[in-house]
Formats: sequence, C-alpha cells, structure tokens
Amino acid sequence: MSTRLSRGGRLIDTSKPLTFTFNGKKLRGYKGDTLASALLANDQMLVGRSFKYHRPRGVVTSGAEEPNALVNLGKGGRFEPNQRATTTELFEGLESTSQNHWPSLEFDIGAINKKLSRFLPVGFYYKMFIHPRPLWKHLYEPLIRQSAGLGQAPTSKDTSTYEHFYAFYDVAIIGGGIAGLQAARVAGASGRRVIVMEQTAHWGGRARIDDEAVDGAAVESFLDNTLAELQDLPNVTLRTRMMGAGIYDHGYLLGYERLSDHAPETAGPRHRLWRIRAGHIITATGAIERPLPFAGNDKPGVVLASALRDYLIGYGVSLGDRTVVVTNNDDAYLTAIAVKNAGLEVPAIIDARQGGAGELGEKARALGIRVETGKGIAKVAGGKRVTGVQICAQAGEGVALEDIVCDCVAMSGGWSPVVNLWSHCGGKLFWDTESVIFRPDADKAPTGHDGSAFVSVVGAANGNLTQHAALKDATDQTAVVSGVANPPEAPSTVSREDAAIEAVWMMPEGAGIKLRSKAWLDFQNDVKVSDVQLAAQEGFESVEHAKRYTTLGMATDQGKLSNINGLATLAGALKVDIPAVGTTTFRPPYTPISMGAIAGHARDEVFQPIRQTPMHKWHVVNGAYMEPVGQWRRPYCYPRGEETHEQAVAREINQTRSSLGLLDASTLGKLLVKGPDAAKFLDMLYTNMMSTLKPGKCRYGLMCSENGFLIDDGVVARIDEDTFLCHTTSGGADHIHLHMEEWLQTEWWDWKVYVANLTEQFAQVGVVGPNARKTLEKLNGMDVSKEALGFLEWKDGTLAEFDARVYRISFSGELSYEIAVPATQGMAFWNALLEAGAEFGVMPYGTEALHVMRAEKGFIMIGDETDGTVIPQDLGLHWAISKKKGDFLGKRAQERTHMVDPERWRLVGLETADGSVLPDGAYAVGAGVNANGQKNTIGRVTSSYHSPTLNRGIAMGLVKNGPERMGEMINFSKIDGTHVTAKIVDPVFYDKAGEKQNV
Amino acid sequence: MLIFECPYCGIQADETELSPGGEAHLKRHGPGASDEDFEGYLFMRENPKGVHFERWRHSNGCGKWFHAARCTITLEVFGTYKAQTLEPPKKIKDQIAVKRPGWSWRTFS
Repeated sequence: MSTRLSRGGRLIDTSKPLTFTFNGKKLRGYKGDTLASALLANDQMLVGRSFKYHRPRGVVTSGAEEPNALVNLGKGGRFEPNQRATTTELFEGLESTSQNHWPSLEFDIGAINKKLSRFLPVGFYYKMFIHPRPLWKHLYEPLIRQSAGLGQAPTSKDTSTYEHFYAFYDVAIIGGGIAGLQAARVAGASGRRVIVMEQTAHWGGRARIDDEAVDGAAVESFLDNTLAELQDLPNVTLRTRMMGAGIYDHGYLLGYERLSDHAPETAGPRHRLWRIRAGHIITATGAIERPLPFAGNDKPGVVLASALRDYLIGYGVSLGDRTVVVTNNDDAYLTAIAVKNAGLEVPAIIDARQGGAGELGEKARALGIRVETGKGIAKVAGGKRVTGVQICAQAGEGVALEDIVCDCVAMSGGWSPVVNLWSHCGGKLFWDTESVIFRPDADKAPTGHDGSAFVSVVGAANGNLTQHAALKDATDQTAVVSGVANPPEAPSTVSREDAAIEAVWMMPEGAGIKLRSKAWLDFQNDVKVSDVQLAAQEGFESVEHAKRYTTLGMATDQGKLSNINGLATLAGALKVDIPAVGTTTFRPPYTPISMGAIAGHARDEVFQPIRQTPMHKWHVVNGAYMEPVGQWRRPYCYPRGEETHEQAVAREINQTRSSLGLLDASTLGKLLVKGPDAAKFLDMLYTNMMSTLKPGKCRYGLMCSENGFLIDDGVVARIDEDTFLCHTTSGGADHIHLHMEEWLQTEWWDWKVYVANLTEQFAQVGVVGPNARKTLEKLNGMDVSKEALGFLEWKDGTLAEFDARVYRISFSGELSYEIAVPATQGMAFWNALLEAGAEFGVMPYGTEALHVMRAEKGFIMIGDETDGTVIPQDLGLHWAISKKKGDFLGKRAQERTHMVDPERWRLVGLETADGSVLPDGAYAVGAGVNANGQKNTIGRVTSSYHSPTLNRGIAMGLVKNGPERMGEMINFSKIDGTHVTAKIVDPVFYDKAGEKQNV
Repeated sequence: MLIFECPYCGIQADETELSPGGEAHLKRHGPGASDEDFEGYLFMRENPKGVHFERWRHSNGCGKWFHAARCTITLEVFGTYKAQTLEPPKKIKDQIAVKRPGWSWRTFS
C-alpha cells in the first residue's frame, strides 16, 4: 500500500495539515501536497478508469504529463472536470471526484469492455457500427456516448473572474528549473528586461529532488542564492504557477498564470492570460520520462521511476514497501537508491541492457540491491494493484525466469526533452540515435520578423539530460542571445559517468501478440503496442493517420507520455527508422488552459459593445421588445398590456396605414461622400447613374460586389455638386464604409473623394401615414407641402426649434417623411412628434411592422431577398441598373453566362391558396429528381408574413422562370413532409400604382 | 501573431490591430475583359511557399491599407509600403533579391 512516511518531504509543511475529500471520503494531507501526493498518502492508488476498456488506473506520473489521475474539482459555479491531480495543489476543503466510471470507481460496469478487448481492437467502432446506417443514429451512438467521455461538462455558470495582461520583455524564459534559473541569471545580469515563468509552485524543478552538488555545495543553496540574486534585480520578473502555454509568430507568447487555484477564497481573478511580446524566448522546459512498453504496464502501482522519486523525496510518500525498478538507462537507479535509503525494499533492478549501468550501478550494488541485467518484465500480476512481476530475458520471447513479489513497479524508458514549445511556431527536430531522443535542430529554429531565430532551447529540453550539461548549455546560449560579450563560467558541477541508454520499444524484444496486446502506449486512450502495429498493417503509415486511427496521444495527453514509444512502434512495424516516420505536430497550448482565461473580461455585458440610438431609453421604458440588428438593439414591436407580439405588430401597421406611425430609423447608415470626384466615384459604386442626380433630389440605389452580387441598397441624396449623402442598410453602414475606403485607397487613389461615416451623428425618425404632413405642419416650421417638398426630394430647415433635414422617401408605401436631426436633439424631437401626433393616435412601430409593410409593397430587403448569390436582375430591378455607364462594380461579373441565364430564379409574389403563411425559406418542388435522388427544387421563399392589411399570408420568393409563370400554382414543402400550394403573383400586394406615397 | 510596421503611422502594429486583405498587386479587369482575365482577377490567387505580397489594413489604427512583403515559410518581413502603387518599391525588391537569391518580381519562389 502507499503511505506517508514519518520523514522526508521537501515540498510539504507537516505543521499545516489540511482536509479534503475524494468521492465524498474525507482525507488528510499537508500544505505543499498536490492532490495526487495526498491521495497516495491515503493509499488511494486507484484514481480513475481508462477511456475505452474502463481498466483501473492509478497515478503514473508526478506532473503535467499525467494521463490517468484526472478528476472533477469543486462544485456549482466552481466545478471543473479533467483536472490533473498531479498539478492540483491541495487546499483546505478541496472536493474532488473520479471520472469515467459507472456506477462506482471500485466496481465499474464498463470494465466488461476489458473482457471483450480481444474483440475491440483499434478501428473497431469505425468498422462495426457503420452498417446498417439507421442503427448508428438510433442505437450505437447513444449507447457509445453514454459509456464514453472523461469528465462531465459543468452545468452552472462559472463564478470566477479572469483577466488578460499585456507585457513586453527582451527575454522570456519558460521553466524555472535549474537551467531556467541559470539562464535568468545570465540574462538578468545583462540588464535586459527578463521574465521567468515556472508552471509549478516551486523553483528548481527536479534539481531539488535529485540533489547533485553545484559549486561544491548542496543544490538547495545554489538555487536559493540564485533566486535571491534574481529577486534583487529590478529588470527581472519571477512568476510561479505560470505556464508558457504557447509560442506564436514573431515572438508572441502566451503565459497562463493560475493565481488562486490553490487558494480559491483569494480575492481577484482566478487565472490570468499573459499576452507577451518577447524579443527572445528561452525554453528551459526540461524532459519527461517515458514509460516502458511491457505487458501489464498500465496496472495501478506501475509508475514512472522519476515520479516515485518525487513522491518519496518531495512529499514523503511511499508508493509501496517492495519496489521493482525496471529500466533501460542509469537515471532510474537513482529511484532504487532513494527507495533503499528511505528504508524500503528494492527486490531487484531489472535493467534491459546487457552491460547494465555506470557508477550508479556500483552504488546500487553497494547498498545491497540486486541488479539483473539483460532482463525485462514479461508480466505484471495483480488487478487493482500490482502484486508481483515475472521477469524474463529482454532478448527473448517472454519465457518466465522468476516471479518477484512486489507492490510497486518503477519504470523508465529514458527521457524525452519537452520540445513542444519549440515546435509550436515551426522549430524542427532531429533524431539523436545515441541518446534515443528528438532534439531541437538549432539550424531550423522558429524565425521572427527579421528572419533570425527567436527561440532557444536550453538544458534538458535541449537534450542535455545531466545537470552538468544543462547548466553549461543554459549559460552559453543565454549569453549569446542576451548579447553578453564575456560569457560567464557555468557553475561547477560533478559530471557523472553514466552508461549509455539502449532503446527498448517492447519488453521483451520478441514478445508475441499476447504480450503486445497488453503493453500500453497510451494509458488514457487505451492504445497498445498491438493497436499501432495493426494500424500500420492496415495501411495507416503516415504518423498523422496512425494517430487519428488509433487515438494515440489524443485528448489531454497530446503525446506527452505516449508520443515517442508510439512513433518507435510504428517505425518498427513499417521497418523504417524513427526519423523516417517523423513526429506529429505539437500545437498550443502545452497543457489545457481554461476557457475563462481565454475569454478574460470579454463576457456578459462587456462581451461586445451594444449600440444605442438617442431614443433607446424611451423604447425600453415604453415596453419595446428589442431585437439585435448587428450591434444595435432595435424595437421589434411595442406590445401593450397582454398583447402578443403578433397583435402588437398588427396594431402598429393598421394605425400607421390609417393614421400615423413613428419609426426610429437612426440606425440607418449615413455615409457622406464628398469631393470633386464624388459623382464619378458613386457611378462606379452604384449600379444606377448617380452623377445625373440633381442637388435637392433623392434616388434609390443598388450596390453590388465586384462579383456581381447585390450587397446593399438605400437612398442617395445629393446635397450639392460635390456632396452626396448615401443611406445604407442598418447592418451595412460599417462594411459599406470600408468597401468605399478600400476602393478609394487601393484602386482609385488619385480620385479626390472623402468619405465620412455620419451614422451616429444624426437621429433619424420616420413620420409615416396619411396624417404625417399634418403632424409636421403642427410643429410650425419649414414648408412640407407637396409643392414645396415633392416625393424623392429633400430639404434643410427647422421644425419647431429643431434643425432638420427632411427627406420625402417611403419604405412603407404611405405618405412618409424621414427626418434627420442632430443626435443630441433626437430624444427631444421624438417627444415633440409624439405630442404633435397625439391627436392622430400616433403609434411608434418596430422593425417587424417595417418588414411587413415593405413586403406588402414588394420592396426587397438586403439579407432576405439577397443572400450573397442574388444579382439585381434576379429581383426585377433592371430599372436601377444603368445601361449607359461603361463600368461599375459588378458590371463585368453580371455579363457572365451564368448571370444572364434565363433559367435563374427570379423574384415573384406568392399567395397561398388557403391564405396561410408560407414557411420562411421553404423550397418549391418541381418534377423529377436530381442525381442524388432528391426532388428537384424550382424556387424558395425569401420573405413571408401575415399581412394585417390584406388579412392573409403574403410572401416573396425566387422562382425559376417566375415572372413568366404568373397565376401558376406551385408546391412548397413543409418540414413535416406535407406541401402547401401557392399562386405566383406580382410581388407588389398593396397600392400598386404608388398613389398613397406620392401625395 | 505577426507584427508589421504601418507605413502611414510608422508604428509597429500587432496583428490584432490589423485586418488581412489577401494578395496585393492584383490588376482590375472590368467590362470588356476576357472571361479568362476576369476569372484570374477575381478568383485566381498566388499561394507561394516563400516570398509573398499581401494587403493589410490598419483597421484598429489609422484605417489605411498597406502592403507587406513577407516569407510564408519563415515569416520574415522584408518590408511594408503604402498601397498606392502598382508594384513593390525598388528598395524592397532589392532586399528580397539579396535574401532570396534567384528571386525576381512576379516570379514566385
């Protein structure tokens, strides 16, 4: 069993006990513990179930690479799934639960998959459940979904806060181990602005555990002195609990700081995302130990040798009384020695190498530890916990030589440099056959704006796996990138005489299928040696394909633990060298970062700005139901009392058509185009001729993209010879402004034109209905009679005390004035109109009434009748397309064969036979079927409403040969599979002659 | 997260301040152009592995369009220049030719 020892534990404070819970069970730990070390101290080795076979899983590492110990943390607004117990610091009252099991961790029904594992090889789901098709949707997928998945998604809103932080440094150092701190020393002394970030709460990394002397003293004092030195430097920033999450183009670096995960009651943000621009980035991210592939290597109690050492020395936790160490390198001997020194037993070191270890081998033997060279593990005994191992000859096929009783196995397959960050922005790797590692290729570094390298990798991350080599590497490289003329000497260390590592990709070498199908490469996703070999056999030869087929290195692992063993297995199966297989691409973030940190402050009401018209508050106070229109909020309708929205819309329309309505049209885009070449410019932008428009007049215009499609419409008013005011759609103001700027700046840059977006400078009100003129006349101001201000004319003047620009334009078909006043006068003007209109029963109307009234008149709406594939000709707007102009945007495009095809769907009105409202977007079906056996479509509904004026459903749609088929009945399919029949009619349903608007 | 110098403001602008606008130095073909020329202008784009000329707009800054010459592999920026030109300034072309021997304007590496 695993237990807390009475001595040891450099990282914990035994004077500060803490209580926490795991699956509701109350347990004890100490300040400085991780959740993993505290669970192990309470003999909780079993922490989860694997993804596919639901096999029991124990803690296997002590860091960010942990694949098994993923837990749910917290509850309610602080609930968070998939948190690594190995990187979760313990605090008083921490609540955790295990994942991926049902009904309980100890008894899991999904473990039946384990018994079936022979029948569930890689690709099983793809091959088995694809036929018959309907069964996938209704049977297989729901069942698989229920049994799959890791943690649960939170159900309540996150109550924590998050922030972003922008920072700039000359040198950013990622990793606060011994190499990172030495790099900081050199860079700090150069006077450069430096940040050093360490993902854990402790400086010094593995050096504190392995305790090799520096400058003749304990490493502890070297680390403490270095830290003290750095803290005194004003140009150096030190941050713990901060991970270098990702490196991006041109020195952009994301730092993920966990401010209060270890102390949730602390005020302030929980996480901070540092958005750093660094002149140079040094990654000193160390290395991760690899598991060894042998049968049963996934059983709880089989751990990485380095992790066992961390728990023993760092946290004073023993993982077992009898630990067998299995290795292919010297480093794991340190674990055996540490276990022995702690007074626990090491029955044997199983070294796969014939020659065994260097000086550490001697040291181990001197302590009385039995060392078996040229041996391997054939099998691991035990279910939820290791009970023993069977050893065999590494060169053989796995015939048992001896059974050894043990309750823990410490394995080491060598160390893999953490090259993830180097790779994020394109740094390349090379395979070092001698050291059995991928190393950063300094000649193929990520490059910055000037073409020079902006990332350096130092220490173990650069393949310098001994303390001696790591310190020298960090010193030398940092001196160069910090521009230090006389590089300092690296601290003096004793270099140890280690024997070379030997690659072991399967233990034993000649293992048959029975053993290979029990040897795990990826513990989290249940990928075994035999799975990768099967993938290769089935033709998934590219590493990227094999990864996706087998799920090797997917999910939270992202290849940290499984990558190299998996690649080597694939290379072996394909009979090629490891570099020929290549690596999968590491992508940011290094370990998952919270969604909250990514969002920062951008949530709730500050997620995006809301635009409000000058009359916005009045709408809200008067019960308007608001709808988003781009970033604007506009009244959809103004329901009164118990009215439904439909009833309110009908009332607003009826009152407007019979007497008087008011529309807040302030959101309408208003672009001022001015200059000697303004008329020429607008002739290029609009399909119509705008240069012939007389000052004082208005003209409806259409704008197309260069690809010919209709993008916006609106009324253009000519103010004077050089000045035009272009109205755009509410949603279009900003991008049409940009569209104009783009053409002016990049194509016609010698034209003398200036564009200003005046949208928010004016409040605009539509005064609409038969009593509109009477209302304005009551305000005692400018002459608004038919004679003084005709239809499609505009005039400046005053109404009451307001500075007004009055346009005679109509989007409803009624007598209508649109009046612009300075934005600051908008609210007062609105009130004046309400007062003047009171005797006519004035009613404000919303966007829905506006839509219905324009549809009754057959006016198109950008975004309804258009969708980016519609040209003006489709909408019967030939009258607004100039035939005289030699050129305008979209003209050439509209000459293409497909654009002049008479079979294009064109605009018509639609009336259902039964008066019902056609479903918006419904398709009209014609005779026959297409190549896919689907019914041919001959049109679709673009706008559909109930018209209170006509008391029936009205619609517009695009129909094949539509205008030539007036009076024909066609069928539209409904979602329930039935049809509704509609008659093709003229799109103008109301006042076809336009008599009501032109009075 | 690229950084470009805005040739109007003269400041080093972060990519978050900028909007991309695709390939630079397209020649507009309007009415009268052949189908092939028009298609080339509207749709066909270079996608070089190496030196490329792009349009960018300093959208969260001065609002101006400019051009950038950069290497799509190494992300090296050879220079930025105002958009009111039909081809890159000589200085930038010369610099690219030095850094990418064999390169010449309108042959993409």
